[in-house]
Amino acid sequence: MRRFESYGTGIPRVRLDDLSGWLIVIEGTDGVGRTTHINKLRTHLERLGYAVAETGLTRSDLASRGIRSAKLGNTLGSKAFNLFYATDFADRLEQQIVPALRSGFVMLTDRYVYSLIARAIVRGAEPDWIKQVFSFALKPDATFYLRIGVDELVPRVLSDGGGFDYWESGMDLPMGDDLYDSFMNYQRRIIQELDTLAREYAFQTIDATLKVDEISRDLCDRVADVLAQRPKPLSKV
Amino acid sequence: MTTVRSYGQRPNPYPGKLFIVEGIDGSGKSTQLTLLAQWLRSEGHLVVFSEWNSSPVVSSTTSRGKKRQLLTPLTFSLIHATDFSDRIERDIIPALKAGAIVLADRYVYTAFARDVARGVDRAWVRSLYRFATLPTLALYFRVPLDVALYRILSGRPKLKWYEAGMDMGLHTDVTESYKLFQGSIQEEYEHIVGEYGLAVMDATRPVEVQQRALRELIAPYLVGETPGPLGPDSPVLVQPDHPARVEASR
Repeated sequence: MRRFESYGTGIPRVRLDDLSGWLIVIEGTDGVGRTTHINKLRTHLERLGYAVAETGLTRSDLASRGIRSAKLGNTLGSKAFNLFYATDFADRLEQQIVPALRSGFVMLTDRYVYSLIARAIVRGAEPDWIKQVFSFALKPDATFYLRIGVDELVPRVLSDGGGFDYWESGMDLPMGDDLYDSFMNYQRRIIQELDTLAREYAFQTIDATLKVDEISRDLCDRVADVLAQRPKPLSKV
Repeated sequence: MTTVRSYGQRPNPYPGKLFIVEGIDGSGKSTQLTLLAQWLRSEGHLVVFSEWNSSPVVSSTTSRGKKRQLLTPLTFSLIHATDFSDRIERDIIPALKAGAIVLADRYVYTAFARDVARGVDRAWVRSLYRFATLPTLALYFRVPLDVALYRILSGRPKLKWYEAGMDMGLHTDVTESYKLFQGSIQEEYEHIVGEYGLAVMDATRPVEVQQRALRELIAPYLVGETPGPLGPDSPVLVQPDHPARVEASR
């Protein structure tokens, strides 16, 4: 049985029938604690004996520098930004995710195409267009959505020391008179889009306002269930 | 799954005109477009040039990918779409709104032909570019492979890795790989010509003969066009020694 398939017609010239492993996605807005939970999850899974790999937005060899420098000056149109992120994702899919799955790893991904689709829609992309663009993506085994309301998000973003990030506040649009207003409006729209995608793509939603340890335990249990339910097929002769 | 609209459903709603040329490297399309630009400018039109692969922000990533051979069929396709979308948003559309004549050296059809030759899904790439405006007129410069190859190699020492399709593993010999790869690109172009009604130019004919034919093809689209702010008598446009100027005044 084929373990993985893409949403659309596949990845050009890439075999998918020899993939094993697991693809686990952690979604959620900025400041919701994804990094913390991925670290804890990784430790937990390694303790159980699984080999774990990680990837996240703009970590590609090909496009990460280009995106970073494009972000320094607000000089790229929103459509081009969407497609630049798609290029970065495609490179990571082919160079990081697929090889890890081929080797039977648990691939933890810190945000997936869903965040990119949500960002694009908030910036005016037609939903069916951007979904079609990303249709080469593999369907993950499970997507966990760390959900939080925008009001609870604010103190976290501020207490992290980072404050409101220009891009995470949608200041390229912008959506308000200042960073705070724009952040509130932008993140509200992002959460709204993620909620829609959560229904469409059957995310498992986790209440991110709970205590860190509580969330972590819940997440570790749920991931362990996924790994147990879909055991890696024995390697073919 | 919903039916996804594809490229070809956005006619140009702007006052400007968009003329584009397509064809493999060595087809002579860029030479023809340059001569056309000179003629149009000498006639007093506002002309804006737009080249494939020219977005300043994106091109460093494209060249990094090419130099280090990091590009796969999928990322090759997406990085070029990124570049194109930046150009259309920042250069092409604003110029069309301003009423300029935009001349594009390669357009979406380049991606349709190359990407599909690399194994990318036909429908996917057409959907990827669906934001692009339909050109006023698209021209395909049809040329036999050996003629194109001869022209390329008389201008530079060797074929480029991606141009020869070396990423496809078709052949270990660069020239043989080029022929196989560009051959399948040409096949795709022939489909596209019918699919989107491209005008076909015989690119084996002498340069000046082609240029005459090209101007005849373009002329009907310029009827009633008011020349741009720079009139024919504008000093910047006086280039008496230039061959194109002589050609135009005949």
